[in-house]
Amino acid sequence: MEQFDAVVLGAGHNGLTAAAYLARAGLKVMVLERRHLIGGAAVSEELFPGFTYSTCSYVCSLLRPEIMRELDLPRHGLQVVPYEGSLNVLTNGEYLASYNNHDRQMREIRRFSKRDAEAYDRFALAIQRQCRLIKPMLLMTPPDPTSLKPRDLRGLAKMAGIFGELGEEQLYETMRFWTMSCGDFLDEHFETDVVKGHMAGSSIIGTALGPYSPGSAYVLLHHYMGEVDGSIGAWGYARGGMGAISKALASAAQAHGCQIRTNAEVAHVIVKEGRAVGVALKSGEEFYGRAIVSNLDFRRSINGLEWTEPLDPALKKKAADFKIRGSSGKLNIALDGLPNFVGIDRARNPALCGDIHYSPSLDYLERAYDDWKYGHWSRKPYLDILIPSLIDPTMAPEGKHYMSVFVQYVPPTLHDGPWTPAKRDAFGETVIDLIEQMAPGFRNLILHKQVRSPWDIENEVGLTEGNIFQGELTLDQLMFNRPIPGMAQYRGPRPGFYLCGSSTHPGGGVMGAPGHNAAREILLDFKARKLA
Amino acid sequence: MSPAMTPARSRYDAVMIGGGHNGLVAAAMLGKAGKSVLLLEGSDAIGGMAASREFHPGFRTAIPHLLYQLHPAVSRALRLHRHGLRLAAADLPTIAFRQEGGTLALGDSRGAGDAGADLLAFRQRLARFARALAPALARTPPRLRTRDLESLATLGRLALGVRWLGREEMRELLRVIGMNVADLVEENFADPTIKAAIALDAVIGNAMGPRSPNTVYTLLYRLAGKTGHRAGAIALPKGSMAAVAEAMAAAARAAGVEILTGTSAARILVKDGRSAGVVLPDGGEIASDLVLSSADPRRTFLEILGPAALDTNFVRRARSWRDRGTTGKLHLALNGLPAALAGAPARYLLPGTLATLERAFDSLKYGDLPERPPIEIAIPSLADPSAAPAGKHLLSAIVQYVPYRLAEGDWSNRRTGFVETLLGTLEAHIPGLRAQILAQEFLTPADIERMTGASGGHWHHGEIALDQVWMLRPQPGMARYATPVPGLYLCGAGAHPGGGITGLAGYNAARQAIADGRTKERSRP
Repeated sequence: MEQFDAVVLGAGHNGLTAAAYLARAGLKVMVLERRHLIGGAAVSEELFPGFTYSTCSYVCSLLRPEIMRELDLPRHGLQVVPYEGSLNVLTNGEYLASYNNHDRQMREIRRFSKRDAEAYDRFALAIQRQCRLIKPMLLMTPPDPTSLKPRDLRGLAKMAGIFGELGEEQLYETMRFWTMSCGDFLDEHFETDVVKGHMAGSSIIGTALGPYSPGSAYVLLHHYMGEVDGSIGAWGYARGGMGAISKALASAAQAHGCQIRTNAEVAHVIVKEGRAVGVALKSGEEFYGRAIVSNLDFRRSINGLEWTEPLDPALKKKAADFKIRGSSGKLNIALDGLPNFVGIDRARNPALCGDIHYSPSLDYLERAYDDWKYGHWSRKPYLDILIPSLIDPTMAPEGKHYMSVFVQYVPPTLHDGPWTPAKRDAFGETVIDLIEQMAPGFRNLILHKQVRSPWDIENEVGLTEGNIFQGELTLDQLMFNRPIPGMAQYRGPRPGFYLCGSSTHPGGGVMGAPGHNAAREILLDFKARKLA
Repeated sequence: MSPAMTPARSRYDAVMIGGGHNGLVAAAMLGKAGKSVLLLEGSDAIGGMAASREFHPGFRTAIPHLLYQLHPAVSRALRLHRHGLRLAAADLPTIAFRQEGGTLALGDSRGAGDAGADLLAFRQRLARFARALAPALARTPPRLRTRDLESLATLGRLALGVRWLGREEMRELLRVIGMNVADLVEENFADPTIKAAIALDAVIGNAMGPRSPNTVYTLLYRLAGKTGHRAGAIALPKGSMAAVAEAMAAAARAAGVEILTGTSAARILVKDGRSAGVVLPDGGEIASDLVLSSADPRRTFLEILGPAALDTNFVRRARSWRDRGTTGKLHLALNGLPAALAGAPARYLLPGTLATLERAFDSLKYGDLPERPPIEIAIPSLADPSAAPAGKHLLSAIVQYVPYRLAEGDWSNRRTGFVETLLGTLEAHIPGLRAQILAQEFLTPADIERMTGASGGHWHHGEIALDQVWMLRPQPGMARYATPVPGLYLCGAGAHPGGGITGLAGYNAARQAIADGRTKERSRP
């Protein structure tokens, strides 16, 4: 038995971020990870000789620059390379590319519609306004609107201040944006299917919403607020795969004396006199901490862990009702060479070094969503493909390539029962067939593939239902409602117990903000001698 | 044909375009405030959607058939009771046909029938939430970022109403208000029929499925009214919904309003950038500094007013306003009532299950017809003998998820097949129904558009969605009834708080126009 200031459950990127901040403040911190490797869903693994897979998450855009700076992550080996564009490849030989170069972007959209090219700036401005608005809120602890404590009132005043910088008209626009569907938003700006399909992809990634579900415009924003080198909406690669982010965070934490233990699965939370004081591993080993910090998702933290003093059944019901829905799958593929996408000049199109979508129209995406609703993987799915080895040669042997294929929508259980290896294969074939249409000859390049359903993600990484955001990003689960009203300040159901995962504000993505914010709250409680 | 009528004067204090129920309420309010008012209604009967029609000799009906949202402030202000409004049934119970056969009694506003205490507690909780929102529905939406006292008062009352719920309930309201109804009923119930019945009430009239976020708001909106002083009660007016419109018209006439049917406003006159009156179809002009339109936003702005008077951003928004109707109406003249419907007057639902509802919504999304259409049935003749000849009955059914425009074919060649689906579905739950049918009619949203002039045939003049209500209805920055053209006001269901027979849009708009007029007087040198 050993006494720590803080014991962090789970070495996902948020757990590591929280641990690094706590250790940096001089606390004695222990991180316990169930698996043999750290990183949670931000991991790099060599599953086929010579190839590095980013087995789960695949893009680095949301990681807050403040965290990057404060934890000095570049010094700990993190290097992020921005995308140069993106592509929406259709199967009829047509494609739409996005470029970081504004003029080139305009020319590209104009190939499809002059009106849409004119609308693009208006669209981008509307999105950027919303991004600018939300950004100061990301690293803020959501105030409790039902509380009259000075701190919550100050928080509400700060939020009011953020909104207050908008004019009256912009306030209404913001209300509208936060409640409308991505489909309606895009229909209002653009006329061409492929343009709308291209823009809509980010509104559905990871969520159990269709592009025409109200509230999906916000999810669009959630993916646009990323920053790489200060450029808004930019996406980037982490050199060495997503595991490089976890490694850098762990290295930063360890540099401040934090200990990390793998193969350490927590069985229960030790509660004494109403306070969470420690945890016991499956092996029986016990770790005591003045603060117990859970990186697990909300449902697992409450209902998945055993508590030596049982929790209120009403709370357990709320945790069971927390909407955490798996809707995404992933393929990791080792390729013998670069696939030949129809109509794309492999040598010259920089957009190939970004994400390659299959997203022909809003209707296509909506139908893909309908399949999910009834417990089937999308027969015609949305794909977000990356070939990291084009930018980072360490990901695959020379001349060969690693391809990451993110697939939306895939249900956590199927209408005819749970996932089986046969169904997983059939799902993988659906995706490969589609890529074969985008890039004839693709199938013959495959050296190895890993197919992952939400069930696999849940079982391996521990994300409930394989939900990549640890909980749906809908209005009922955002800001002061995340994960549930009254628990949005990172403090859990018992004094001494904290939540630091993506189930808390501001939500999922490899952002680090929940871990950062939770650490701040814990340090405040230490300062107030609540954890002495 | 009604006799040709012409307005008595060439100038009025106010001209009202459209004699739907909101137009009548607004006209009556203006008349009561001492203004000379001319109301123009294009069709031969007043009431708009609530106008009464004889679809088969002796069988009278209107498009909406049940009254649940009429706001007490409106009934009081217009003294509708004194002007002849009577309820044939004040609190109808609801009975749901189960998908697998049999029925489930869901009770009325005070009880939960066979469904149990959980349903009653659930309804009471939602009613409390609705009550917190209700006062703000009967007022002009507040302006944000302003020192305008009235706006601050409205916001304050709203905040107080929400706070008054208590901490736990306030939290719950803030959580559920953006949720989808499927999740909410899944959290609370196990019975598939209860779940679907609640979900149907949340989606009816809108292009939303049970899984569409913000369907809890539509449910709360529905519960925010009070008919016969009972929240959540479903009433059947005596003499169909037309009787409600007639009582409103009587109140308007008593207040001196001149009502002209069979005459529409062809155009709104704009002079020096402000509205100056209307042009009649024969070219005659009626001068008036104040013009109110109870027509829907699309028709008001893009057809009657015309885009020339508006800026491009406003026109773009008006074009993307979502007002495609999703609801059809089936009327059956019956020789007698099959046993399944012959009990005490009730509202019957064929809600199916959450999954069949969602699938029916999916069909709608792609312009296809649902295989299992959700249906709400009323038999007005059981409580109100004026609805059908003696001994005979009228079945009035709202059919949800009927596309305005079909992706394949059109209504001329698919109507018969769909009516067959409807009758087959009904017959399966109500054996012997078909044998009793004397006459039938089915109205698609396109028919309703043709009959009432409401764009898209949308019952609420536009979706009741969070991005189209309150300060955003019908457009951000134009939610206080005054339009960008000074002197022109919008007072129909396309304005706050939205559709349903509430009377609130008309009531609020008239009060706002009167208040704006006073401000203008005061500021005059």
